Amino acid sequence: MKLDKQKYQQMLEQKSPNSPLWRDCLKAFLFGGAICTVGEAVSNFWQGRGLDTADAAAATSITMVFLGALLTCLHLYEKLAKHAGAGTIVPITGFANSIVSPAMEFKSEGLILGLAAKMFVIAGPVLVYGISASVVYGLVLVLLGGGGAG
Amino acid sequence: MNWMEYINAFWVGGAICAVCQVFIDKTKLTPARILVSLVVIGVFLQAIGIYQPVVDYAGAGATVPLLGFGYSLAKGVAKAVAESGLLGAFTGGVTGAAGGIAAAIVFGCLFALLAKPKSKS
Repeated sequence: MKLDKQKYQQMLEQKSPNSPLWRDCLKAFLFGGAICTVGEAVSNFWQGRGLDTADAAAATSITMVFLGALLTCLHLYEKLAKHAGAGTIVPITGFANSIVSPAMEFKSEGLILGLAAKMFVIAGPVLVYGISASVVYGLVLVLLGGGGAG
Repeated sequence: MNWMEYINAFWVGGAICAVCQVFIDKTKLTPARILVSLVVIGVFLQAIGIYQPVVDYAGAGATVPLLGFGYSLAKGVAKAVAESGLLGAFTGGVTGAAGGIAAAIVFGCLFALLAKPKSKS
């Protein structure tokens, strides 16, 4: 049986136990939703302690980052991520994971160029483009005359 | 206790993750690209006024996904520009997201130091 590259690729895709899209999505939905529900509870906790909405949101981000970093440190987040896919990547806990995980891995290469530099392998680009986008938005607001909308 | 807000946080947050899962499965987008895209899209959606209603409806369902990181960048910028004009365009974003950024750096560093190397079992 002769196989060209495309046919081989097709066969590979049929045979390999790639979990079906809907199952990946369902898991991402359930795990992602669960993490956001935890976030909602954390937010309510901080509002219950007397923080206003904006402060509670900041405190919630900090708490969720803490939890994500802690679970990564204990090697639990990666176990979760195996099942949850985007459900663990997309929440801010995944952002924390993307920082701690390479930092742990490259710790042995030193505290400066190992741990501290590699922390930003993924978080760096996120900050570069996120902050740049916010400055562009700010400049647009200034050009439109003071802003305040949004 | 208002159960609806938890349900809304669950399904909106879950839906955002499920959509991203489609992109991961169906395109060549790596998680890093997904995260970068989400933050930039979050800034954009807030800039055109779409994201605030989603946050009002879903709470943590909208702010915990990384779109929410872009949302707080954009919200901070709008506030700072209204207060201090051009300077605010530069200070507002990072100010708005300062808690998350500082937490990520400090806890990232701390927990990486504390972490035990993975056992090869």
